[in-house]
Amino acid sequence: MSRSPDDPEMSGPRHRHVEMGVAAVILLLGAITIFGSLKVGIGWGAEGPKSGFFPFWIGLLIVAASAFNFVRAYLDSSRKLFAEWGQISQVLKIVWPMAIYVAAVPWLGIYVSSALLIIGFMRWLGRYGWPLTLGIGLGLQVVIYVTFEKWFLLSLPKGPLEDLLGL
Amino acid sequence: MESIGDLMGGFAVVLSWQNLLYMVIGIVLGVIIGVLPGLGGANGVAILLPLTFSMSPTSAIILLSCIYWGALFGGAITSILFNIPGEPWSVATTFDGHPMAQNGKAGEALTAAFTSSFVGALFAVIVITLAAPLVASFALQFGPAEKFSVFFLAFCSFVGMGKEPPTKTIAAMMLGFALAAVGTDTVTGQLRLTFGSTELLGGFDFLIAVIGLFGIGEILLTMEEGLSFKGKAAGINRKVVLQTWKELPRYWVTSLRSCLIGCWMGITPAGATPASFMSYGIAKRASKNGDKFGTGEIEGVIAPETAAHAAGTSALLPMLSLGVPGSPTAAVLLGGLLIWGLQPGPLLFVEQKEFVWGLIASMYLGNIVGLVVVLTMVPFFAAILRIPFAIVAPVILVICAIGAYTVHNNAFDVVMMLVFGVAGYLLKKCNYPLAPLVLAIVLGDKAEEAFRQSLLISQGSLGVFWSSGLVATIMSLGLIALFWPFLSTLYGKALTPALRK
Repeated sequence: MSRSPDDPEMSGPRHRHVEMGVAAVILLLGAITIFGSLKVGIGWGAEGPKSGFFPFWIGLLIVAASAFNFVRAYLDSSRKLFAEWGQISQVLKIVWPMAIYVAAVPWLGIYVSSALLIIGFMRWLGRYGWPLTLGIGLGLQVVIYVTFEKWFLLSLPKGPLEDLLGL
Repeated sequence: MESIGDLMGGFAVVLSWQNLLYMVIGIVLGVIIGVLPGLGGANGVAILLPLTFSMSPTSAIILLSCIYWGALFGGAITSILFNIPGEPWSVATTFDGHPMAQNGKAGEALTAAFTSSFVGALFAVIVITLAAPLVASFALQFGPAEKFSVFFLAFCSFVGMGKEPPTKTIAAMMLGFALAAVGTDTVTGQLRLTFGSTELLGGFDFLIAVIGLFGIGEILLTMEEGLSFKGKAAGINRKVVLQTWKELPRYWVTSLRSCLIGCWMGITPAGATPASFMSYGIAKRASKNGDKFGTGEIEGVIAPETAAHAAGTSALLPMLSLGVPGSPTAAVLLGGLLIWGLQPGPLLFVEQKEFVWGLIASMYLGNIVGLVVVLTMVPFFAAILRIPFAIVAPVILVICAIGAYTVHNNAFDVVMMLVFGVAGYLLKKCNYPLAPLVLAIVLGDKAEEAFRQSLLISQGSLGVFWSSGLVATIMSLGLIALFWPFLSTLYGKALTPALRK
């Protein structure tokens, strides 16, 4: 954290642009809420206020507050950066592997995916040697297996490898 | 005093070897959670909640609440030794705690922090013991309108008391309500806002949201900052502890004031973070050595730590007696009560006496156990923080994923966790508060139910919320809290310089 994001030398997305984007997405979610509420009815039925009654007003509040936030971010003249590109690529170094991991869990099971995630991470970002990497990557799976499946009797998703091992 | 007798009964429930063991495990886990980046009280408890499904509710709540106490203690370690607040409420502790460590007084700072935490928590537990049964018996007479007014007050407090811009608090909070509304309407049983998706039939589970927003989001933030942990050595031994204890009683006024601030902020759900800042700011203005604050004054450690713990603990008072949690972690514990088949709220004090008083008794014992554990194990906890992030991060990600999966044994929840994680990162960076969002997801259905039942009684007239003195008072307090930023501009101008520090 030696450099501050206010430094004009650095490049990256502007804070107000991201702020506008976030406000716009929330506004959209509010609009979806209103739309969904209208579909189930926002009026007064035999059972009192209908299912859409409460979320409809919630949706309106979301839209109003986000519109305000959007305009305020738009009018903000600050050139502050949201983050430097380097920082964002750091964040993406977690987001992408996580996205692949999340997609892999139903196919490979949680143990194999988790081991791959940890091993990949430690080799790629940490540049650790194989013994430590494999030790932690595989050792943790054993700890998880014993804790969850044997001690607390909670079954975690398994894949082809576990079938092969007959676990 | 009837409650004293009940409390003794509670101690009898709690004092078994098994429960004491759960306490120690809970505290140790909690401190580790508080020390590690990406794991905090709220999502730590959320991840471990599924493991407690097979336990008795009393043992389960002891384990989980001790994790909460442990996490509260843990934040101080990283603040003082590493200048990294492990939890948001320990930011104010870094102001004087870290300079003290740099001056070679790490042991004194840690002892002062832990002891103050203990004092703050103890004060709050005494408040809970005395006030909770009264509040609960009072709340037993509440109808739907009164119930809604309490929710209204709670949520308005977030808008008025939060340091974030009010429109952002409202946007985040209402988003939480909208997420809570997805799925089956609890009043009519009708499906809504699912748009034909089978995954959304059950709605959004707040545990997944908590794990994503607080766990994954925090990891992403840490990754962005590219932290390298450079800490001070933790020199703590019996001599230092005793010496510091001798010194502490001198600051009893600061302690007492911080306790009161903490309890007030904890019960009205403003939470531990603003409590610690406010307490620090006021101590700075009130102290003779106020100008030395920031250079390593022990009073600057006592004030925020006492208030943060008093707030964190007293957040359980409205959770137990009204069913309205005062903090995200209290909200997760409330979710736990629901899962174990207990109905939080005033009836708990009538129907589940043993459970409630067992929990309150465990708060006394848990904090004593906590104090002993942290004082003796500081070097071990500091060593954990020295583990490189490239190892800690993937392990925490895996633990979060497993925690999210075990909530419903559903792999789609792990996907949702990641979505919430990225959302949490963006919202946090854009200064949206996450606590009201989470509380709204937890309480959304209950607030809506109370609101609709009230309207049903009044045939649609909003006048029902001003129909009696009690409900009108609570609603008016809510409106005052909502517009507090306007009302307090003058008062705020006096406070902000100290808070901005």
